[in-house]
Amino acid sequence: MSDTLFTWIASLVKAVLVFAVLMSLVPLLIWLERKVVAWMQQRIGPNRCGPFGLLQPMADAVKLIIKENIIPAGVDRVTYYLAPILSIVPALAAFAVVPFGEPVTILGRTVALQVADVNIGILYILALSSLAVYGVTLAGWSSNNKYSLLGALRSSAQMISYEIPIGLAVVSVVLMAGSLSLKDIVDLQRESGYWLVFPQLISFIIFLIASNAELNRPPFDMAEAESELVAGFHTEYTGFRFAMFFMGEYVNLVTVSALATVMFLGGWHAPFGLPEIPIVWFLVKIFAFIIFYMWIRATLPRIRYDLLMAFGWKVLIPVGFLNLAVTAVVVTLAADRAMPLLTAVNVTQAVVVGAVIKIAGRRVERRAPRLAPAPEAGG
Amino acid sequence: MTLLPFVALSVVAIAFALLLVLNRNAVHGALCLVVNFAVVAVFFLMLGAEFIAVVQVAVYAGAIMVLFLFVLMLLNIQGQEDGLEQKPRSQILIAAVLGILLLAEIGVLAPMAAGLGGAQAAAVPADFGSPKLVGLTLFQDHLLAFEIAAFILLAAMMGAVVLAKRRLA
Repeated sequence: MSDTLFTWIASLVKAVLVFAVLMSLVPLLIWLERKVVAWMQQRIGPNRCGPFGLLQPMADAVKLIIKENIIPAGVDRVTYYLAPILSIVPALAAFAVVPFGEPVTILGRTVALQVADVNIGILYILALSSLAVYGVTLAGWSSNNKYSLLGALRSSAQMISYEIPIGLAVVSVVLMAGSLSLKDIVDLQRESGYWLVFPQLISFIIFLIASNAELNRPPFDMAEAESELVAGFHTEYTGFRFAMFFMGEYVNLVTVSALATVMFLGGWHAPFGLPEIPIVWFLVKIFAFIIFYMWIRATLPRIRYDLLMAFGWKVLIPVGFLNLAVTAVVVTLAADRAMPLLTAVNVTQAVVVGAVIKIAGRRVERRAPRLAPAPEAGG
Repeated sequence: MTLLPFVALSVVAIAFALLLVLNRNAVHGALCLVVNFAVVAVFFLMLGAEFIAVVQVAVYAGAIMVLFLFVLMLLNIQGQEDGLEQKPRSQILIAAVLGILLLAEIGVLAPMAAGLGGAQAAAVPADFGSPKLVGLTLFQDHLLAFEIAAFILLAAMMGAVVLAKRRLA
């Protein structure tokens, strides 16, 4: 077998495997989300279908597939068909550069456990995440429905705004690693013995908050705020097209969790000197993030839209810039001691910034234009 | 760069550029431009400039065109197609003259550029287009131009803020 052929086959197998795993994670995550949120709200959650209700997402999927596909009148057909595809493809494609394990040796050749080790990995993910806006935006516009359009406009503004803090957090991490490759970032964390979550605590917090907004998940799910917009951008979608939006959302959740794991939690390496088990630790960390996002969803109420934008622009972005400047100075002046120095700086910074957010947040809230109290119903 | 993929992609790029101009629907036109940008990004990839390719997608296809779409959707330009038909004669004339000039320019410059490319191709370093090299070029060789561009963007941003504030007051 020639080397090229081997590379081709290996790439193909890896791509298919990652695709299959991501796709089979979706129903599991839907089940998990419903269960976790139910437990947190002292409910039972799905328990009728299969053991622990595990087959519920399967039943839902079958239902969605055999449902009638309704295409409302006045819909812009091309974009209406295109939108669900555009929301799931970037989500799947972004996972291509995520490394999930140490390179393994098969038939005397090393195979990286990563679909593609491109040297600009992080930028590739950022580029794809900026393309993800199109799915939502076009779905809302093409539906020819005011609620959909409002949801789409909200989410495109939100996603563009929150890309900036994510970018700033990522750039700080890249500064530490001196490389845009995700594999190099993992290697840095193994060699230095520091998980970047400590020296880059601020980035980590910014990333967690901003990615939640980027994922359009509660409390930032302004694009589909049920109480205001019926269902937002996917109001007019039925059947499998609706399911594709759903799948895109959950695949994105996995990708973002994987990215957070790679950048801040040491990737696939075991914590606390525990024995290394390939891929298992990676999955454990990813699920820790996923459960965290679900926890947030169950805990916090939806934020008002103008407050969300104010928070992004007036709090997250300045804090992100500050952190980037501090990181740049420390990395330039004391590259060999950057890890412990930045850990100390960041933990203090986190406390200070936390206090600032508490004060500034209250000020933003006070300044935000208040809505007039709603008139009494029937009055 | 192999010729066949290049030609095939060029056809796609030109087709979508034409669709952009000829499309009646402004949103469809914007989407055609996105496809065009994506193809240009692939050209950069074929040239080995991965960084530029990704930036092309992130900035042009991902950010600028989303803002364009945002405005198009807010204004919902659909019923104004009649307005586009009534172009004054003079405009068409000017467009034609400028278009012919541009074509002539390309006709003159392309052979010269082809000659240059042959000489330069040998001088291109191995890590041409890598983020590091692009960064060094920007911040060392072209620092002044870079700072001027940054300053202009800052001025534009402040202008936008001032305009938005005035409307609120």
